[in-house]
Amino acid sequence: MEERPFNDISYERFLSEDKLMGSRCQKCGSLFVPPRSICTKCHSSEMRWLEMKGKGRLAAFTSIAIGPPFMIKEGYDRKHPYVSGVVELEERARVVARIEGVDGSKPEAIKIGTPLKVEFLHRGEGTNATVFLAFRPS
Amino acid sequence: MVGAGMSRFGMFGDKDSKYLFAEAFHEMVSTVDKGIDVKDIDALYLGNFTNDFFVHQGHWAPIVSDLLGLTPKPATRTEGACASSALALREGVFAIASGFYDMVLVGGVEEMSKRSTEEVTQGLAMAASPYEVKAGFTFPGVFGAIATAYFAKYGASREHLMNVTIKSHNNARLNPKAQFSVSIRDIMDQRIAKAKSKGEPVPIWRDEKEFLRDPRANPVVAWPMHLFDCCPISDGASCILLVAEELARHFTDNPLYVVGIGQGSGKGLHAKEDLTYFEATRYAAQEAYGLSGLKPEDIQVAEVHDCFSIAEILHIEDLGFFKPGEGYKAVEQGLTRLDGPKPINTSGGLKCKGHPVGATGTGQLVEIWKQLRGEAGERQVGIKDLRIGAAQSLGGTGGTCTLTILERR
Repeated sequence: MEERPFNDISYERFLSEDKLMGSRCQKCGSLFVPPRSICTKCHSSEMRWLEMKGKGRLAAFTSIAIGPPFMIKEGYDRKHPYVSGVVELEERARVVARIEGVDGSKPEAIKIGTPLKVEFLHRGEGTNATVFLAFRPS
Repeated sequence: MVGAGMSRFGMFGDKDSKYLFAEAFHEMVSTVDKGIDVKDIDALYLGNFTNDFFVHQGHWAPIVSDLLGLTPKPATRTEGACASSALALREGVFAIASGFYDMVLVGGVEEMSKRSTEEVTQGLAMAASPYEVKAGFTFPGVFGAIATAYFAKYGASREHLMNVTIKSHNNARLNPKAQFSVSIRDIMDQRIAKAKSKGEPVPIWRDEKEFLRDPRANPVVAWPMHLFDCCPISDGASCILLVAEELARHFTDNPLYVVGIGQGSGKGLHAKEDLTYFEATRYAAQEAYGLSGLKPEDIQVAEVHDCFSIAEILHIEDLGFFKPGEGYKAVEQGLTRLDGPKPINTSGGLKCKGHPVGATGTGQLVEIWKQLRGEAGERQVGIKDLRIGAAQSLGGTGGTCTLTILERR
């Protein structure tokens, strides 16, 4: 695991193993999720993988009525909107993710600051297999 | 700046984008008071974003150059998503300021309406980060999320966004080149008349806000962004003629001077610590103010990038016109109206004038050109001694932002 390069392909592979991983700068301690190979604070490239606990809070969200083709394929439309959001992790880094377990048709009831826990949505099979990062109220 | 022109913005099934650029070019030539010889144009910088995807032709600058009869002069395409032609202007300014060229044509063009809404949504998503796309975000979705963060931080609400929409429509009503030259009140009246003529139940809306609250009239796109918070899908073109400062008065007694330009770049949604401002706009503003020696209060009229209603509020704060968290109150108090002390988006903005993405940056400057020269017709702002105006563009979800400041001397 320590051998994997700090890039999006590795990040996605970890997601498929139900792990939310970031990279931590060994020089200044900055944390990046998804991982970066170069620290944007001190420009060091000494990174180490760090697994997130998968807990956070909702920082911003939207309920989407008109989505891209891959979401429409999952059955989402004007009558069944889905929710996407920005999640602030306990470790302080932020990620964008799908928000499950909330009612997209009642967005007024969704509150910023709601505590969330991670979930990995596995879709498709074989070469079409993909995993989506999601969170739901804890 | 000695000339400026634009096509009408809208959805034109019978006009391709080359033709629209030719329209903008012809108008530009007609605005040069003392005339020009087109052969004197040294180079073209052309902003365009989606041609590769929508028209399956990426190499657009020489094709447009050929259409205008400018070959073999150099033609270069600039790409900065929705800020593409603002970058073309910047390149033109650099080329002239360096002394390399004397006369440069800058502009932008986009053709979007011949594609389905799904294709356009997918095409525009090319300007978002891959993480955002995978999380299901669309462009309205990104700005919807920004709005929820702004609401939570400052106590604003959807009602405040409606003030932006109503103002944009009131301004566009006075702009014959706008895609939607109608006020919200006009739209309400049209729908009532249509219902009556068809014998359908006549909708009753007490005022514009009640119309905008009605989910049948104004459906949600990506909460809290509703249809009337979003700019349309548009075709269009715009261009500007830049000449070296010492030559300007050969072409007109009333040139405008580019006194400040700035450009910044920004991070993706997840990497921002605070979603309620655009770091790239603040950086661009700092650069443009620094170069010009001007302050936010010196800007008398401005076009800002209102791809979504919330973006106008963030930008008037990022440019320093109002303090962070005060922008929505300023709009509510009417300070940014046509007759207010700080008129914003007198053209109707992207929301109503239209947003053919590559044409928008220089299109905004066409409006400032008209305002500063007193040629904006019915929507001319009444500010005394109007001399300084600015246009701000945003590309992607804040990845590329620019500010251009113009002065009439």
